[in-house]
Amino acid sequence: MISRELIFEIGRTLIAILLALLLGFVIILLVSEEPFEAFGHFVTGPLTTTRRIGNWIEATIPLIFTGLAVSIAFQAGQFNIGAEGQLFFGGVVATIVALSFPLPMYVHVLVALLGAMVGGAVAGAIPGFMKAKWGANELVSSLMLNYVFYRLGLYLINHHFRDPAAGAMVSYRLPETSWLQWFWLPTRVHWGLWVALAAIAFCYLFVYRTRWGYALRMTGLNKDFAAYAGISVTAVIIYSQVISGAIAGLAGAADVLGLYRRFQWQMLPGYGFDGIIIAILARNHPLGVPIAALFLAYIRSGASIMSRMTDVSAEMVAIIQGIMILLVTARAFLSKWRHRAVVKEATKHEVNA
Amino acid sequence: MQNLLEMKGITKVYPNGVLANDKVDFSVLPGEIHALVGENGAGKTTLMKVLFGLETPDAGEVYYKGQRLQVSSPLHAISSGIGMVHQHFMLAPSLTVTENLVLGAEPRKGLAFDWNTAIKTVEDLSKRYNLHVDPRARVRDIPIGMRQKVEILKALLRGAELLVLDEPTAVLTPQETEELFVALGELKRQGHTMIFISHKLNEVRQITDRVTVMRGGRLIGVRNTSEVTEADISRLMVGRDVILKITKSPPTPGKKVLEVKDLSYFTTEGKPILKDVSFNVRAGEILGIAGVEGNGQSELVEILTGLRMPHAGLISISGQEMTSASPRQMRELGVAHIPEDRLLHGVAADASIEENLIADRIQESDYTGKIFLKSKAIAENGQNLVGEFNVVARSAKTPVKMLSGGNIQKVVVAREFSSSPSIVIANQPTRGVDVGAIEFIHKKLVEICRSGVAVLLISADLNEVMSVSDRLLVVYGGQIVAAFPDASVVSEEELGLHMLGIKTQEAALLKEALA
Repeated sequence: MISRELIFEIGRTLIAILLALLLGFVIILLVSEEPFEAFGHFVTGPLTTTRRIGNWIEATIPLIFTGLAVSIAFQAGQFNIGAEGQLFFGGVVATIVALSFPLPMYVHVLVALLGAMVGGAVAGAIPGFMKAKWGANELVSSLMLNYVFYRLGLYLINHHFRDPAAGAMVSYRLPETSWLQWFWLPTRVHWGLWVALAAIAFCYLFVYRTRWGYALRMTGLNKDFAAYAGISVTAVIIYSQVISGAIAGLAGAADVLGLYRRFQWQMLPGYGFDGIIIAILARNHPLGVPIAALFLAYIRSGASIMSRMTDVSAEMVAIIQGIMILLVTARAFLSKWRHRAVVKEATKHEVNA
Repeated sequence: MQNLLEMKGITKVYPNGVLANDKVDFSVLPGEIHALVGENGAGKTTLMKVLFGLETPDAGEVYYKGQRLQVSSPLHAISSGIGMVHQHFMLAPSLTVTENLVLGAEPRKGLAFDWNTAIKTVEDLSKRYNLHVDPRARVRDIPIGMRQKVEILKALLRGAELLVLDEPTAVLTPQETEELFVALGELKRQGHTMIFISHKLNEVRQITDRVTVMRGGRLIGVRNTSEVTEADISRLMVGRDVILKITKSPPTPGKKVLEVKDLSYFTTEGKPILKDVSFNVRAGEILGIAGVEGNGQSELVEILTGLRMPHAGLISISGQEMTSASPRQMRELGVAHIPEDRLLHGVAADASIEENLIADRIQESDYTGKIFLKSKAIAENGQNLVGEFNVVARSAKTPVKMLSGGNIQKVVVAREFSSSPSIVIANQPTRGVDVGAIEFIHKKLVEICRSGVAVLLISADLNEVMSVSDRLLVVYGGQIVAAFPDASVVSEEELGLHMLGIKTQEAALLKEALA
């Protein structure tokens, strides 16, 4: 029963993606002088050179973290729209740790990552705590806190860690001991990938194999039932948001320690909101997150290559992506087809009375 | 005579794959009261939803007065002359009876609402059908029985010739039921046709002309009511003989397990829901609390299980004071709870059976190590309980939402009974479950009680509370108004009068009985 549903879901997702790509192609046909070339770049571009493959993987890493962060919150029946602020703040804390505490190789990077987790966790704990204690809607509070942590982070970097010698508003360069090393030259694919894989394993095991994960899922499925059975719903709400925030914090650290080696964001990077898309695509399953993140990063880098190589603008891909998400998340899409299959199956068997 | 309504080959499959109706042919003659009976999940409600335009069938046709009828919405059904009285009333409690009745079809004087004409319409209608209601009263202030009359009048006002009554007596006391039956007789005399959905076979025997029996989504048979006995109908419903009489040994009351003293609870507006409620339950006895729903039972149970804080009073479990304890603390002292709404509190419907069966014991070392769950033990627990409690399911890994109401309730009962409880608090444990499951749950309640566990049974079902309980209390308006030391000698009428608040036992007598 479950597997049939799963097959249907996967099939439906694939059809939605194909349809969206088709629509995307139609749009490209309309706006481009060289549609076939443009579409070719879009679809196969990210795989053509090692550098491009590297770019694709680099872009995937932070998305895995935010996808996991949002999935964990969703599984607990909570919204975490604050992943954006949490990852930003995580990046800020990682920068501060990297710049302020000279530590030996390996230890330094680990402490910086830990700092990012703590930063994200604190940012995540606030809406969780306010929800659990005072019933404050976490959707609103986590969204609003994005701006609080965004500005707070900018203040810390621009006023205390800014590199005056640099031509832009960026922090000092981080010491090498705090870097997530590039391990696949000439690309910038860094150790953050292993951290991301560890985070996936952690989330999967935590959610499906521990009693806290069980409590979290039951609370998400039916919080009245959880309370009735003796599960502390308050605790679940808080720890789900804390874990979610900590993982989101790693997304910021991954980019800062792995790619830029200094803090250079002056805007929210958008990974937090991407995390919501990824969680929805992955149906909140930790093992689905990397696939969804790879997919999103792929169409992003394909778009960027297309806009660089041809006359189609990168905005086009935002449109294609939007259509894809609409089709994939629309529950009723193809449901008639599915219902017909269900009817056929159900009427085939005799009912045991 | 030609059929008024004919439903041919109705098939309905729900998105989860449940075949609710399987080529059902159902017909009703004009002017009859036609009973539609079957266990829960037999497909009665689905069939009626199809008729009323609430569900679209996957196959089949509906003919009304010889014409093909394609009902797309309840509005369409109403305009065709089909009315439905839902089990859960569809009324606006803060509006008056008249306002509820004319809602959507208000008489006007210019732009304004014509209050006098509206009242007159309601009074005329109420007189014509002998259904007495107070047109000026607000719905929230009138008793359940009158609310139901308002529902029936609402359908009649909109020109209903065919009335569907979905378990109309489920919420009524015996006296209110009698009154309803007189009114239905009057409606019939005036040429209306009725479909009467019920679980209660004595009622079916009493007022219906013909009876259609459904089982497992199929039509099993149509009979003239006068030619069959209750036993015949129940055999058709269940497919085998059912023993509804409970055999139990005399109680052997032991130590007091639950002591409740002067418990009070108020709404946020200060309206009392429970007033100075005191009673005890001993090990080895079943204490029943009878009462019409909504007289404070839900709040009482939630307070006793830690889901709600009382405003005054004391609760002790096995001698320990536990007032305002959390559900976790209550469970640690062996308080098991069968909730009245199984889908709200009793299960996580999307989780599997085995996951639902460990919700209360997940922290125990049998099921979890320091970090990881013991999935083998969890699976074993699931398999054992599914077997022991006759849960009909493909496997213990099946999601609970795929099960029928009765089997979901068995999952709840299995978990609560296997928690080695000191007391089982069962709130409406058999509501909306089929006859077979009722029989099973009653048997289990008696069994666990006689093994030395205290049982508190809260029920609005008179048969249940009278036949299962050893001792009996009646709750009305948040107070205990009667206590009977021996449930087997109480008559249904006597109980009904107390449940309606018409009769009250003397305070001194009551105090003695509750000590």
